[in-house]
This record gives sequence, structure tokens and C-alpha cells, in this order.
Amino acid sequence: MTVKEIFETMDYGPAPESAAEALAWIVDQGAKFGHFIDGGFTAPGDDFTSRNPANGETLATLSQATRADVDAAVAAARKAQPKWEKLAGPGRAKYLYAIARLVQKHARLFAVLETLDNGKPIRESRDIDIPLVHRHFYYHAGMAQLMEAELPGRAALGVCGQIIPWNFPLLMLAWKVAPALAMGNTVVLKPAEYTSLSALLFADICRQAGLPRGVVNIVTGDGDVGEMIVAHDGIDKIAFTGSTEVGRRIREATAGSGKALTLELGGKSPYIVFDDADLDSAVEGLVDAIWFNQGQVCCAGSRLLVQEGIAAPFHRKLKARMDGLRLGNPLDKCVDIGAVVDPVQLAAITALVESNREGETYRANVEMPVEGCFYPPTLITGLAPAARLMQEEIFGPVLVSTTFRTPAEAVALANNTRYGLAASLWTENVNLALDMAPQLVAGVVWVNASNLFDAAAGFGGRRESGFGREGGWEGLSAYTRPAAATRPLAPVTAFAGDKGPADPLDRTAKLYIAGKQARPDGGYCRNVYGKSGALLGQAPLANRKDVRNAVEAAQAAAGWSRTSGHLRAQILYYIAENLSARGDEFASRINALTGARSGQKEVEATIERLFSAAAWADKFDGQVHNVPIRGVALAMREAVGTIGALCPDEAPLLGLVSIMAPAIAMGNRMVLVASEPFPLAACDFYQVLETSDLPAGVVNILTGAHGELASPLAGHHDIDAVWSFSSTDLGAEIERTSAGNLKRTWVNNGRARDWRQDHSRAFLEAATEVKNIWVPYGE
Amino acid sequence: MQSPTQTASPHQLPQTLEPRNPGMDLDLDWVRGQQANRSAIERRAQSLPGRRSLKKEHQAAWLLKAISCIDLTTLSGDDTEGRVRRLCAKARQPVDAGMLARLGLPGLTTGAVCVYHDMIACAVDALRGSGIPVAAVSTGFPAGLSPLALRIEEIRHSVAAGAAEIDIVISRRHVLKGDWQALYDEMRSFREACGDAHVKAILATGELGTLRNVARASLVCMMAGADFIKTSTGKESVNATLPVSLVMGRAIRDYFDRTGYRVGYKPAGGISKAKDALTYLALIKDELGDRWLQPDLFRFGASSLLGDIERQLEHHLTGHYSASYRHAMA
Repeated sequence: MTVKEIFETMDYGPAPESAAEALAWIVDQGAKFGHFIDGGFTAPGDDFTSRNPANGETLATLSQATRADVDAAVAAARKAQPKWEKLAGPGRAKYLYAIARLVQKHARLFAVLETLDNGKPIRESRDIDIPLVHRHFYYHAGMAQLMEAELPGRAALGVCGQIIPWNFPLLMLAWKVAPALAMGNTVVLKPAEYTSLSALLFADICRQAGLPRGVVNIVTGDGDVGEMIVAHDGIDKIAFTGSTEVGRRIREATAGSGKALTLELGGKSPYIVFDDADLDSAVEGLVDAIWFNQGQVCCAGSRLLVQEGIAAPFHRKLKARMDGLRLGNPLDKCVDIGAVVDPVQLAAITALVESNREGETYRANVEMPVEGCFYPPTLITGLAPAARLMQEEIFGPVLVSTTFRTPAEAVALANNTRYGLAASLWTENVNLALDMAPQLVAGVVWVNASNLFDAAAGFGGRRESGFGREGGWEGLSAYTRPAAATRPLAPVTAFAGDKGPADPLDRTAKLYIAGKQARPDGGYCRNVYGKSGALLGQAPLANRKDVRNAVEAAQAAAGWSRTSGHLRAQILYYIAENLSARGDEFASRINALTGARSGQKEVEATIERLFSAAAWADKFDGQVHNVPIRGVALAMREAVGTIGALCPDEAPLLGLVSIMAPAIAMGNRMVLVASEPFPLAACDFYQVLETSDLPAGVVNILTGAHGELASPLAGHHDIDAVWSFSSTDLGAEIERTSAGNLKRTWVNNGRARDWRQDHSRAFLEAATEVKNIWVPYGE
Repeated sequence: MQSPTQTASPHQLPQTLEPRNPGMDLDLDWVRGQQANRSAIERRAQSLPGRRSLKKEHQAAWLLKAISCIDLTTLSGDDTEGRVRRLCAKARQPVDAGMLARLGLPGLTTGAVCVYHDMIACAVDALRGSGIPVAAVSTGFPAGLSPLALRIEEIRHSVAAGAAEIDIVISRRHVLKGDWQALYDEMRSFREACGDAHVKAILATGELGTLRNVARASLVCMMAGADFIKTSTGKESVNATLPVSLVMGRAIRDYFDRTGYRVGYKPAGGISKAKDALTYLALIKDELGDRWLQPDLFRFGASSLLGDIERQLEHHLTGHYSASYRHAMA
């Protein structure tokens, strides 16, 4: 076209970023890559290719890791780990700083390579992905520097196996590697097989930074390699980002292994537009929400909920905006939407959309490239929550939409999903925004924004979007453990006996459900004997229906989570007061049950635990993170929800209260299974609860066999977390069964805990989820 | 929403191709319902230059388009007839004739020349036969605080002197007090005084305090019959910005969607780099559509922008970076 013709049409023309330097780098490496193990590259195999999805061209040949490769990588990481940890925070900070600087210096090379390999527009890799990568290393250089001072008593986990997805290849690497290294861990990382190149360039950067051999190891290959990492005995922690389906399999595969696990999985995140929103900005926000990275974003705002009165004009504006999006060569600096990562993904998106028969489908009126993996921006309006596309993650540039009438209905629709990763809400009303944000089940909420990320703010999900946080102070617990050594926990068994009761006047112990004493559903109980064989009484044997009833009661007590910390503190103090009044009675009961003489001390410690929890109830504050926007990121601590817990066998009262008190202080509701051998102290204790103004259903107490109740608890889809401190080692069963709804688990792995010590902080952490609420402001 | 692009007309008078915006009754519900979320708008504005890029012939063509949309302006206390005649000569021949010929656009001129009232007569004389309209700033420019009757009378004088376009300033106090009726009435009276001359409403956005006020004032002025809405006098401490342009552009789009009338947009002040001009044009293209990329619906109020564009065009033609002394001054 001539200048004169363009002057008339005012079209945009091609504005390609050069691929020359990135292609030259690939050629310099021989266009064939081995694995990066123990500071060097292995001899490259000829196993699979990495392609540019925009044109199908082969970029390089990659190696599929064998078991021997994974073994070698784990061995190198294991060997390097003690020295790396001993280097201490300030020593590690220097390396992380060097990596940050080097990524920054090679920013354009990384960006172009990422775009070639993944298909994302160069604008995104250049302006978003890579800047976030070096930001993450800078931030965690700081965390390494501060570790000893700010995280006393925490130690590295050891060797971390990290498996990352193809949608943000280098950024996900940074999210995994930076905190792991900062906290003194070493890593074996597997990039996705579609997009390994930037990780291999990163390996090169590690060498340039002089990072000690073995601290970072990178093995390439498909899901089989991931499985080898997950199953490897030499690995202490698995961190996975990817699909919920694979996350579930990893949860099952690691069950009982003692490996720490964090999962960042799928989502179907709501994008809520109220009628007082700046509609044009909300439309533009959707461009960042669902047409960012071709919609291949776990936290994509993929479910549009619009207030009914503005739905028509909003959809009209949205369609007009969609028509203005530009698809094409991802290296073109004038393109909004690039290529879907692979023909397989393109086929999956196409099939999902074509399977839909409901609503109205609008495909953007845009020019489509003739070759390559491209999918047009698509909007499907008029879908009901029951529609498959309203529930299932599409992982493509497809937005589905429905309407709502009231804020309460918006919350209900937003939370009507198995996922819980992110949410956006648009309103100019600060009351509405700050009322909505805590009610949305999500790890991240953006107010009048979408897809804001920063190293200083934790990212992660609830429900089947996974668990654990990446970024911020809250992200560090995923890469540390308590430094103190632990010892094995011996099974505690009930005493047998055949004598008659010490006191002929019968006392009937029941279950405690919904604030009422309840007979067990099965109608069975078992005799409880003291050490000398005297009959102390009968404890009910709860079954799965009692678990069901207790969970229903706990759900009905959801209002507890909305009460103030001050109120919860008063109730905890009152429980302590009422327990103290009956202290001698509880002490003798404990002595009778355990056959020891520690009853008095156990009661005193229990009262202290209640006081600690009451103290924390209004003090376990969230944070305001220092993110680089004009605005705040509020890291709010929210109750996990309903927690099922198998209480310690060895300390029948103190163990139960050590778990219960911090959890209810944070607003959780509990289904507690009392000490299996010594259940009667818990049955006495519900009388204390009954007299202490605790609302019905906040604490429910069951007695019975831990081995029988673990599975119904771990498998119950309306329980958010299951903890086990039982002396029966049920970790494997609980973790495996929890995969159903990916509830949080905390099991003792057969290790003992000294209940005389105050572990409140650990319980407070486990009893809360950090939600980051981003509130940009400015009038 | 977007209608097909029409070919450029030699006539760059506003609304010679379009029915003129007659205005409408003041719709206070619509005005008060306007929202503008500053952070979101700034994010959009910030990401725009990274989303759009123009290279080679496309960049040259777009820069030439920018020239055709410039209201070449002098608004200084020391303006003289000689100074204004030089400016008009530059408007007639904004770029070296040889360069324009090589670019295939001989005869390209700026969109208009913009002066104070006392300079209208000589500008009209200097531009005679060129088809370039003379725009006059009016109504007690830049503060707009002289008596209303005099402000209206000033418009009549300027129209009588030959100005085809009148750039009025609104009373910022009406906006700051939320007195939309007063703003509407004032704008209506200015429009009426303009008669057939086209009226651009300068909002002085740098003095309106909030983007929400910018959105609401934009709507009120369009309801009262403005042919163009314009950001600034060039005399405020903050003049045209991308966020303000987004807000005003979106108001224009909403007004068109509701009424079917296209109102023009003029960012003024602070746009001095060729690259910035391209970003503004991209913003208009993406938010309002191609139809608005013509001088009858889009103008830059600028004085030094042209010089930078000339240098970039020479670079395009020669491959070498240019120097300002190689291009004729105004």
C-alpha cells in the first residue's frame, strides 16, 4: 500500500518485533537441548520438538527425561541443599539479586523467546510476564535477606519438585523457584513440554549468576516426567500449577508420603458488573480478564455476571470492543491476541464451544490469520448456571455470561462453582465493593480491575482451585517447615477391663451436634475402662451419618465466621472460666481415663490455651501489601470454613482444645472427633460449651473410631479442611480421600507433638486463608 | 457503532459531511449517571502505546493524517499580523513541498489556524483560497470570567470577522458546583451566538478536578449543541492527557449511540511529539472508530507538534535522523 492509500484507510500495518536474536540463541545452543542437571546441560536427546504455535515451525528439539535423569537431578539437588541452606539468607540474597538483574538485562531475549514458544503477544511477554519475573526475584532476594530475622524457627523443606504449566512459562518458573531458593531449598523443575525454552534460557542465566551447582535443576519432558518427580522418594515438596484434574491425581499420588504439597489449579472466576460501574472501563477490564494470553489464564475472568438492568447496553459495548481486538502474529507489536499454545488446545476449545447449544454465541468480527492456532474472541450470553460452559473451565478466549438482580444474588452466582481462584467486581460504590469482596470464595479479588499480579501479594485459590499461596509473606510458608525436630508418635490404645463401674449412678455420654446432645445414629457405644480395668462409662460410636449431621450443623452456624473477634474472644474466655470452675472434676476424669496423674496440669494448660486463643481472636491481623499501584492490596485472613479434626489420643482434653480454640477464634466451625481411647473428657467438655454462650453448631463433638471416621470426614464435600493428630496413622487415607474436593489437609504423618507447648500460631495459620483484595483507587 | 470510513474531504470544516449536532434537552439522569474510574482509565491509557505500533509507510501516512488534523495555533499576547501571516503560510505548506510530493500527498494542509479575535481578519486574508478555516478562541479565553453578555458578544464579533470555528471556554465553576443547568444554558447561548460557525467547547479539563466531572461536562456540552469538545486552553497546568481523551472519547461515543450525531474531539496542549500524536490517533481509532480520524471530527490543538512530525517524515524518506533547521519555521 502507498502512503496515500494508507492515509485514506488509516489501517494499522505490520509492526513485527525481530525474532533474530532469540533464534540465534537457539542456534547457538545447537537447537537441541538436554536437561540442566548439577550445573550443566546433559547431552541432548532427539525426543520431541518445541514449535511456534503461530506458524507451526519447529524451534528446537528437546529431551524427554528418563528415570535416570530425574534421579540425577534429585541427587544433585539433594547434595547441594545443605550447603545452600547453610549459606544463610544474606548469602542466598546475592544470588537471587544477580538472577533478577540478569533476567532484566536479557529481558527482550526472554520476551521474544517466550512469544515464539508460547504464542502470546509480544506486548504481554515484554510488558507483563518478564517484568513480573524479575520483580519476583528482586522481591525474594529481599525475603532471603530477611529470613533469619523475620521467620525464626523456620527451616527449608529440602528438595522441591516443581511442575509448571505452559501458559506463563517463565513467570510460573519464577513464582516457584524464587521463594524456594530464598528459603534455602533446592529445586528440580519441569517446564511444560510445549514451552520449555525460556526455562532452558533461565538455566543459562543461573550459570551466569554463578549459582552453585545443583541448586536449580531443570528436566524437560511430558507428564510422565512429572509423575516421576511426584513419586520420587528424594523429594520433600511438590509444587504444581496446572489443571485441577492433574492436581487431584498428584494429591492422590503423594498421599501419605509426607511430602509437602501446594497446588495452583483451574478456575472459572466470576467477573461481576454492577449497574453503577464505569461500564466502558469494565468492558476494557474484560479485555485484560479473558482476552489476556488468549484466555489461557487460570484466574481469567471467564464468567461474566452483569446486573440485569444494564445487561443489554453492557453486552452491546462489549461486542463493539471485541470487534476492535486484533489477532495475529504474536511478534507483531500491534496485536492484542496471539496464538493458542498448541493445536491440541485449539481443538479442545473448539470442541467445548461447539458442544454448547444454549444461549447466544457472538464471535468477534475480526480478521483471522490464515494459518496457525488462532481462536476468535467469543462471548456467549444468556447462559444459566446449569449450562456446562458456566461450570467448566474452557481455558481459551471464550467468555460466558449471565445476569443477576441483587448483590446477594451476585454472591450466590459467583460462588456457585467448585473453583475459587479469583474474582473481579466493578462498582463505584465503596460500600458495595468492600461488602462483596469478603463474601466471594476466592483467593484473590480485584475491585475495578482484573489480573493484577505482584510478588508482594499472595496468589492462590480456595476449593478445587488448589491450596497454598505464591508471593507475599503468606507464600513463604509453602517453602519452609518448623525447624524443631520431631519424634515418632506411638499408638495410644484404650484400656481393657471387666470390672463394674466405680460409681453405680450411671452417666450417659452422647455426641454433641448442633448444640444438642445426640444419641449416635447407629445406636452403638463402647465401654470405656480405666487403667485398673474399672468401667468408667460408655462412649457413643459415631458413624458416617453422625458426621453428615455434624457437618450440616457446622454449615448452619456459618454466621460464626461473620462475628467479631472481640465477641469470639469473650466466648473463649467464658469457656475457660467455666472449665476452671470444674477444674478438679476434669483433672480426676483425665487421670481416670489415662491412668496418669497429669490431669491437673492438663486442665491448667487447657485453660491457658483458651486464653491464648481468646487473645489472638482479635489480633491475628492481615496485612496491607506494598504493591506497585496507587491502591491497596488487603491481605485479609479469613476462616477456612468447616474443619474436621481427629483429636490427639494422648491428651484427651488439652489436645482437643489446642485444636478447637484457635480454629474457632478465627471463625471456623468444627467437627471434632475426640481422643479414641479416652473419649469421655470430651463428653464432659460439651457441657462446658453448653454453658458458655457458644452458638449451636460452631463446635460439634463426635466419639468413635478414628479409622472409621477419617474417611467420611476427608471425603465430605462440604468440609473445607481435615486435620489429623490421631495416634492412628491415617495420613495416607485422609490425603487420598481429600482429593475429592481438594480440601486442605494437615496430618501428623505419625509424628508426635508436645501438647504441653503452645502451638497456637501454627493452628491460627492453618485455620485461616489469606485473601488478597486489590483495591486500586483514585478519583 | 462504527460506520464505514469515508474518504477525506478537502473540506475540513466540522460537520460539513455530517448533520450538525442540534443538541437535545438536558438529561440530568444521564449526566449524573456518568462514571469514570480513574485507575481503570489510567491502566487503559498506559497500556495503549504498548498495544499499538506503526512502522514505515503506515507511520508516515498516520503522521500526515495528524498534520491534516492540526489546528495550527498561536495564542500569545505578543502575536502580530506578521506572526500570524507566517503561521498561515506554514498551514498552507506544512511540510516541504518536495517531501509531500514524494509521499504522494501534495497540497496537504493543516486542519485550521487558530488565533485570538484580533488576528482573525489577517488570518482570513492570509488563508484566502486555501480552504483552510480560521478558528478563533473566544468567550473571555482562557479563563472565561468576563461578563456573559460580553462573552456572547465576542463570539458574534469573531463570526462577523470571518471565523468559521469558535473555540469557547466553559465556566469551570458550573462544573465544580455541579450546576449542570447553568453549564447547559451557557453552552446553548454560545452555540446560538455562533450561528453557522462551528463551536468547539473547551472544558479546561485540568481545572475540573475529576475525570467524572470531565465525563459529565462533556455530555452537557454535547446536549447543548457543541460541534466539538476540546480538552484545554493550553494555558492550564495540565492540558490534554490520554486518560482525559479516553473519557471524552467515550462520552462522544455514548452520545452518538444515543442520538446518532457525531461530535468531534480536539485534544489541545502538551502534544508535541510525533509518537504522542500516533498514540492519540490510535486511541481515537480504537475507541471511536475510523470515521473520527478525519479533520471534520478530530483536531490536534498544537503549535510545536508539526516540527517533530516533519523531522520524522524526513527520516522516513531518507533513513537519516533529521534536524529542525532543515524545515521551514512558522
